Amino acid sequence: MQYLLMLYASENGWNTLTKAEQKQGEAAYAAYTEALRKAGALVGSNRLQPVASATTVRLSGGKPQVMDGPYAESKEQLGGYYLIEAADLDAAIAWAARCPGSGHGIVEVRPVWDMATYGLPDREKIHAAM
Amino acid sequence: MAASGVDRLNAAGERDAAARGTAEAVARRNYGKLVAFLAARTRDVTAAEDALSDAFASALTEWPRSGCPSNPEAWLLTVARRKIIDGARHRRIGETAAADLQRLAEDFAAVPDGGDIPDQRLALLFACAHPAIEASIRAPLMLQAVLGLDAKRIGSAFLMSPAAMGKRLVRVKDKIRQAGIPFRIPEREELASRLVAVLDAIYAAFAEGWSDPDGADVVRRDLTEEATFLARLVVELLPNEPEALGLLACMLHAEARRRARRNAEGDYVPLAEQDTSAWDAAMIDEAEVLLRRASGFRSIGRYQLEAALQSAHVDRRRTGRANWDAVLELYDALSALTASPVVAINRALAIAELHGADAALAAMPDIAADARLADYQPYWAARAELLARKGADGDAHHAYEIAIGLERDEAVRRFLQRRQAILSC
Repeated sequence: MQYLLMLYASENGWNTLTKAEQKQGEAAYAAYTEALRKAGALVGSNRLQPVASATTVRLSGGKPQVMDGPYAESKEQLGGYYLIEAADLDAAIAWAARCPGSGHGIVEVRPVWDMATYGLPDREKIHAAM
Repeated sequence: MAASGVDRLNAAGERDAAARGTAEAVARRNYGKLVAFLAARTRDVTAAEDALSDAFASALTEWPRSGCPSNPEAWLLTVARRKIIDGARHRRIGETAAADLQRLAEDFAAVPDGGDIPDQRLALLFACAHPAIEASIRAPLMLQAVLGLDAKRIGSAFLMSPAAMGKRLVRVKDKIRQAGIPFRIPEREELASRLVAVLDAIYAAFAEGWSDPDGADVVRRDLTEEATFLARLVVELLPNEPEALGLLACMLHAEARRRARRNAEGDYVPLAEQDTSAWDAAMIDEAEVLLRRASGFRSIGRYQLEAALQSAHVDRRRTGRANWDAVLELYDALSALTASPVVAINRALAIAELHGADAALAAMPDIAADARLADYQPYWAARAELLARKGADGDAHHAYEIAIGLERDEAVRRFLQRRQAILSC
């Protein structure tokens, strides 16, 4: 299965680190990424620019409405992600726990929708009626 | 003509009854075994339950005609896995479908028809109590997936509408499948902490059943039996886990005193006033053996302490008096382990027996520090009892008032009202 590990942390936290600490942090992420790659678990990964650079778009009355800033203002912001391959949730959780992001923030683990199950009947509807 | 018709009807009736009896026996003993096996690979508990329920329905039409099979479990499994593979064939599209079906077929083929079904119930229990599953739904989920109880029964036991309980159960099974929660017994280093969640869920189911003290409500009474079945299952599959032994001992101890909690008039009898001859001696003995076995592992934990507490109370059976020194010592150990207000309240009551009501009131948890106590009935009942013993009748009266107002059980309410009436105010 594929899981998306979403790394949430306070951007201000990063800015208060010294240059040396930032270097150390980056090295930790690089090592983590390499470990994922070696294990054959890495599908994709990226670090995101700060939320100040975010733009939200939605259609309103058929016209795109463009807004400055992120979708949700919160103390922690989405700062990056890893898309990984893992046998099950326990394996995904084990990777999330090793991620430096779980030390200075929160890692949300989300299973990726398996495209092979598209067209599944809506279980919720069927079983809620039982 | 008519006679042979009646004979045929009778014979058919007997065959129906035999088929139903066999199916019920399998459902009782091995329902969870079949669900666990069918769902282990796909993690699709709903599909396994549906397939199994279809298989049981087929059995009830087939078996009266062709006779009960020699291995009914294998028969049900064969029918159920055919339904699952058919279902998967209909649902799955795209490239992975063929590979999935192949794996599914291989898994199922690993069990020869008529052979023993591998017991994966423990793995199913660990999936039900996985940390990714919300704690309050773990017990209901176990009761459904492992024992086959329906949402109606589970819902009423947990004071929830059947529809709401049904929806929550569907959602949590969806989570197991979608999130990929594994059916696996955790590794050694993780086992103890993960086992705690399994035991907690079993104990929660037991406690829901236990809250019907006279056993008048069949649904709730049965729940203590179902929970005991689960605890026995864990002990059977993990015989060297002291906390599992402790939980079963604790539950048997509590169950042994069920009848003594009511007198002939149906009135509530507190533990200290119970007739020890009404306790179930065989159950107590079994609990004591389990507790001794647990203590041999020299690894103390919450459930062993709870069981040891029950054991110290039961001392009264031999000595005429509960072993209050031991009780207090055990509550000290428990409160070091869990910062629970429930433990603090019971500890205060033990202190009252040894050092008087003033010391006990001082040891009571502080309502200003824990808002949950405001509507926690045992807090008010204990406080009322301690204030009454101290002679502070006015305060005791007020505390009884709140305790009575918060009580769900009518017999306990009457008991508290009688206590309140004795006060001089």
